Amino acid sequence: MFPPFRRLTRAAAALLLGAALISGQPAAAQVPPDVLVVGQIAEPQSMDPHTVTATNDFRILVNLYDGLVRFKPGTLEVEPALAESWEISPDGKTYTFKLRQGVTFHDGTPFDAEAVKYNFDRMLDEAHPEHGTGPFPLSFFFATVTQTEVVDPHTVRFHLSEPYAPFLSNLAYPTGLMVSPTAVRNEGGDYGRAPAGTGPFKFRIWESNRQVALEANPDYWDGAPSLRGIVFRPITDGNARVSEMLAGNLDLMVEVPPDALATFRDDATYAVQEQEGPHLWFLILNTKEPPFDDVRMRQAVNYAIDKETLVNDVLQGTATVPAGPIPSAFAWAHDEQVQPYPHDPERAKALIAEAGQAGEIRAKFLVAESGSGMLDPVAMATAIQADLAEVGITAEIETYEWNTYLGMVNPGLEGRAAMAEMAWMTNDPDTLPYLTLRSDALPDQGGFNSGYYSNPELDRLLEEARRTTDQAERGRLYKQVQKLVHDEAPWAFVASWKQNAVTTAQIGNFQLQPSFLLNLAKVTKG
Amino acid sequence: MAAYIVRRLILTFPVLLGVSVIVFLVISLIPGDPATAILGNFATPENVENLNRSLGLDRPLPVQYLTWLTGVVQGDLGRSYALNRPVLDEVAERLGPTLILASAALFLCVLLGVVAGVWAAVRQYGWADRIITLVVLVGISTPSFFLGILVILWFAVRLRWFPTGGMYDLFSDGGVRDLLWHLVLPAATLAVVATGVVARLTRANMLEVLRQDYVRTARAKGLREGAVIGRHALRNAIVNIVPIIGIQAGFVLGGAVYVETVFQWPGIGRMLVDAISARDILLVQGGVLVVATAFVLINLVTDIVQTALDPRLRTG
Repeated sequence: MFPPFRRLTRAAAALLLGAALISGQPAAAQVPPDVLVVGQIAEPQSMDPHTVTATNDFRILVNLYDGLVRFKPGTLEVEPALAESWEISPDGKTYTFKLRQGVTFHDGTPFDAEAVKYNFDRMLDEAHPEHGTGPFPLSFFFATVTQTEVVDPHTVRFHLSEPYAPFLSNLAYPTGLMVSPTAVRNEGGDYGRAPAGTGPFKFRIWESNRQVALEANPDYWDGAPSLRGIVFRPITDGNARVSEMLAGNLDLMVEVPPDALATFRDDATYAVQEQEGPHLWFLILNTKEPPFDDVRMRQAVNYAIDKETLVNDVLQGTATVPAGPIPSAFAWAHDEQVQPYPHDPERAKALIAEAGQAGEIRAKFLVAESGSGMLDPVAMATAIQADLAEVGITAEIETYEWNTYLGMVNPGLEGRAAMAEMAWMTNDPDTLPYLTLRSDALPDQGGFNSGYYSNPELDRLLEEARRTTDQAERGRLYKQVQKLVHDEAPWAFVASWKQNAVTTAQIGNFQLQPSFLLNLAKVTKG
Repeated sequence: MAAYIVRRLILTFPVLLGVSVIVFLVISLIPGDPATAILGNFATPENVENLNRSLGLDRPLPVQYLTWLTGVVQGDLGRSYALNRPVLDEVAERLGPTLILASAALFLCVLLGVVAGVWAAVRQYGWADRIITLVVLVGISTPSFFLGILVILWFAVRLRWFPTGGMYDLFSDGGVRDLLWHLVLPAATLAVVATGVVARLTRANMLEVLRQDYVRTARAKGLREGAVIGRHALRNAIVNIVPIIGIQAGFVLGGAVYVETVFQWPGIGRMLVDAISARDILLVQGGVLVVATAFVLINLVTDIVQTALDPRLRTG
């Protein structure tokens, strides 16, 4: 051996040996036995619940904060939280809440009617000193609130400009979570990184791209959690999340890639959970221009798409086939009688012939590359394209990146495309049809009716449903909405996502919620 | 030599300015805007317009650029929309991890690349040369993100020798040991391609030098083979290998984007990926500016080292 070589080889050997020595250490991360480590899909944007829109952030926030009301476990019905009870005036325009007493925010600020008023004023009043800590993209949930009145320290009253039945569900959504006024005043624009709520867990630390850590709130009004803390780790890559789970560094992971679900199902050391939620993946059909200005053509599209095959093969069973615009997760508002359009290409061809369309039908089809709630948009588009080709519709796919895509679809499809993919997750059956199918929700009026569907009967049903505070009556109205929209087919109803999560077998009391929120207060470990 | 360094340093400013203009223009060409990214599904055209106005993005590009540049000169890179914190804080936090990863990869690449290259050259057409050439070919042709996934599956998930990702254990207090343990897989993955390139070019340069008259002379003098290779051949070949290493340093910095994403390494590369998808213009600019500065500095150092090694270059 030559001298310089010997020196270099020795260095290399030392390096390898060093690596081997280091790796000789036990690989298991030293996770304390009573701390839950959760694999998240991305770095959160902010811990300020009024400024964010992503489910990823909500999953953390519902453990830090409470709202006046919350969703009853396993349902989308509201139950008391920071408010113990409430009364709705007969005209549906005044909501009076009796607040729970003796609750304080994590920073020591008492929770009272003033705090509630502060929360809504900050979001809704442009003159409020802390309005600039926004933007508040979902504040339109509370757009009907004209005034928040402090009746006494433990009573708060909301005055609405018109009856608005979804108000309670919106209060239960993360946009209705209560932040500490003192903390917002002190932190200003940095509040999102130093949050204080009233929830079962307190904020501990946020290290970018490493963790958001929470610790148990021993004084929690609904009983102290059994966990000592929760750590949320952002792991953007789905496969990386799976390998972290397999390597034993996570107790719980959400949004398991479909390919990996089977691995976890077959292994007794893991438990897989699935839960249908109020999610709808649909094709917006441009009802203003040919060919889909004809209802028979729209029905034909619904018959032509083989949705069962799509959810079972393309999405590998991670979704179900919806029967209209009201997802079945809204059990009280969903009509079981309405069945999804079956796959029936012959029927589709007959309808197309009836519509007087001869020869090749071309339809420009806008497709997103990815996006919130969009599942596997390109693969799904390709499958749909093949199904449509079978009945004589040539779908010309144009693919765009998600932000660009929203910029093309939200302003309306006129002159741009015949069909476009879209997906929504909502917390009330009102939200989706009211914002996307109403005659007055056209894009130039600030709505999301990008396919220009207009039907006075639907408008009437929707207006009536949001004015009715009796849930059974509302449910009846939404069942009519579902039937009507199903038959009129302004969309092709393609898939409803089943969210999933994997835990290790030692995790107890964990339940996925139809709200897509991740409530971990009662979870046990070991 | 000092004057040379000063001259080069002064020249870096117009380069960085040019880079910042290009980055600014390129990002403004990407369709989709921050307001849509912030508002998500609920982005009505009206809300988008309002938010863009309050973010100052409705103003003409040159105005936006000048505002940004004025800030930069004063050490203010603006505020990230998506993270709602100063860009400077975020970039500063991410720079360290990237430098650690890139230097470790570069160290591996120089060490292994030069050794393998010299060895292959000395044993030209021998079995070692053949094996090294083959391994190098495979290494150069494997994309690092793909290699990263394989490496994680094998060494982290199956064998459990190393952690699957991150920079420190979640509940450790950090420390060099923990860091090194997390560094092995990503640094090795990142080093593979660069090592291959360095090995190949080292081999070629060594072969050329070994044919030179002075090497024959050294041998004829009766010097031991080791001294011939080390003192005469390698020392002359290294002058040509240094700029290759400099270029590889740049590639390693660029490759960090993929590797950081696969290994959840909390560096600039991963930050840029997230920032681009969030249309977080100021954060992208800040990140690119820092990476560009690093490139320029690497170039400078490479040139200086090469000049120091090769007296012939000093006259130029």
